[in-house]
Amino acid sequence: MSLDKNDVEKIAHLARLSIAEDDIPGYADNLSNILEMVEQMNAVDTDKVSPMAHPHDAFQRLREDVVTEENQREHFQKNAPEVENGLYLVPQVIE
Amino acid sequence: MHSKTIAELADGLMKGDFSSEELTQNFLKRVKKFDPELNSFITISEEHAIAQAKAADEMISKGNATALTGIPFAQKDIFCTNGVKTTCGSKMLDNFIAPYDATVIHNFNQAGSVMLGKTNMDEFAMGSSNETSFYGSVKNPWDTSTVPGGSSGGSAAAVAARLVPASTGTDTGGSIRQPAALCGITGLKPTYGRVSRYGMIAFASSLDQAGTFTQTAEDAALMLNVMAGFDEKDSTSAEQSVPDYSANLKQDLKGLKIGLPKEYFNEGLNSDVAKVVEEAINEYKKMGAEIIDISLPNSHLSVPAYYVIAPAECSSNLSRFDGVRFGYRCDDPKDLEDLYKRSRGEGFGEEVKRRIMIGAYALSAGYYDAYYLKAQKIRRLISDDFTQAFKQVDVIMGPTSPEVAFKAGEKSNDPVSMYLSDIYTIATNLAGLPGMSVPCGFSNNMPVGLQIIGNHFDESRLLNVAHQYQQTTDWHVQMPEAYK
Repeated sequence: MSLDKNDVEKIAHLARLSIAEDDIPGYADNLSNILEMVEQMNAVDTDKVSPMAHPHDAFQRLREDVVTEENQREHFQKNAPEVENGLYLVPQVIE
Repeated sequence: MHSKTIAELADGLMKGDFSSEELTQNFLKRVKKFDPELNSFITISEEHAIAQAKAADEMISKGNATALTGIPFAQKDIFCTNGVKTTCGSKMLDNFIAPYDATVIHNFNQAGSVMLGKTNMDEFAMGSSNETSFYGSVKNPWDTSTVPGGSSGGSAAAVAARLVPASTGTDTGGSIRQPAALCGITGLKPTYGRVSRYGMIAFASSLDQAGTFTQTAEDAALMLNVMAGFDEKDSTSAEQSVPDYSANLKQDLKGLKIGLPKEYFNEGLNSDVAKVVEEAINEYKKMGAEIIDISLPNSHLSVPAYYVIAPAECSSNLSRFDGVRFGYRCDDPKDLEDLYKRSRGEGFGEEVKRRIMIGAYALSAGYYDAYYLKAQKIRRLISDDFTQAFKQVDVIMGPTSPEVAFKAGEKSNDPVSMYLSDIYTIATNLAGLPGMSVPCGFSNNMPVGLQIIGNHFDESRLLNVAHQYQQTTDWHVQMPEAYK
């Protein structure tokens, strides 16, 4: 699979990444090379193989639905770029 | 003092030959002297270390010491450390002071050990040369024009130069074993789920596993004793009892069945490295082990499958870095989308963006089956190969890396050639198996690593097999001349 400039722009948008215009051709080349390497997988028939999502085929462990964490909002928000009255601030979303 | 192992240092502390504070000062002095050139640390936590050393000396004097009390360690900067900057090698987290301790860090603290600082690494653990770090590349102490390997390059270089007796790392596709091999030290990646991932910044959650860098297998056992165990806070933590990993070290290897996969000795392997590894295997023969030729027929598919699965998981994991709650935020965002895109575009480096995009593409509508599902099926085939092999053999051996440390800059513009430096380590992660790299000789004066792969949760045997080799060889005690 060879990716062009439009593909890279579309993927970058999906991943919410700004990519400088000048860097797009480089990404298109590199990503195409990686996909070409990855496509060696296509040589193998895997119709009857079940996908493996976890190395031990483990199931998600469940626990009682009870509160186990205490509220540490102020502590965690010390790392936030911008907060006010315990709320995270972002540019205006609703007109 | 600096060339001693953890076991030797612990003995000295118990006998009162030196205090933890003296030991800590001694290693801090070495860090200050040598690290400006090596760049193996991102943060040196001197005050924190001295306070911990004093507390350790008190534990020792009161008779409450554990095997790691008072021993200085360096922690890979991927582990959250309460109150200490935790960057994951990224501009994205350059301002991040972790608000809690990772379970691994908590365990070291409980044991009374000392943290000298946080080590350099490829950004978000994505790389095999430590050249993707926002904080600059790390140099290999054996030849500073070469790379230390990655992603845990700082942790490996620091131990190789004896700036610290031992360190932690993480291994998603080889990030402990490959740098251990390239730096001539002992690296252990335990079974997936053996060590808690809580507070370890996630790259690819079905592959990531924490482990150790040490001079010896004996020291790796001491560290794993403290690190391993079930943790409620990690939903993928293994509910398996933890043996005493030091208990079986002395067992002899008569009758041990060693599998040699023919795929690990193919044309991709440097011929000098092959010779060194073959000599190591001969050493095992002398110890009474039986060598069995095996095949892992799908191993050539491990790099392709990995470069779908790991990027897919990373694109999902790294979506948390949005410029809103913590981490880097761009200046003057004009709207929310601009805030997301520029914070991420400016905060992440090139390799991280590349992998996020590969992952986003592989998971996007219309491509999921062709890439992600296909890779998960290949993963099953690779894992089944190992299951078959372990019906015949106790451990699998081969080279850790196809070549010795390469020159800085040699592969940094060619991602695919960089990815292939993990060709012998990646399959182990896909199958969730434990693996080690043990120093086994030199090629062109650069260290070569022997890889030993074990069955799930068979770390005791791996450590035993590595320890016995280190009783009859002295490759693991060699250190680079300039740091003696």
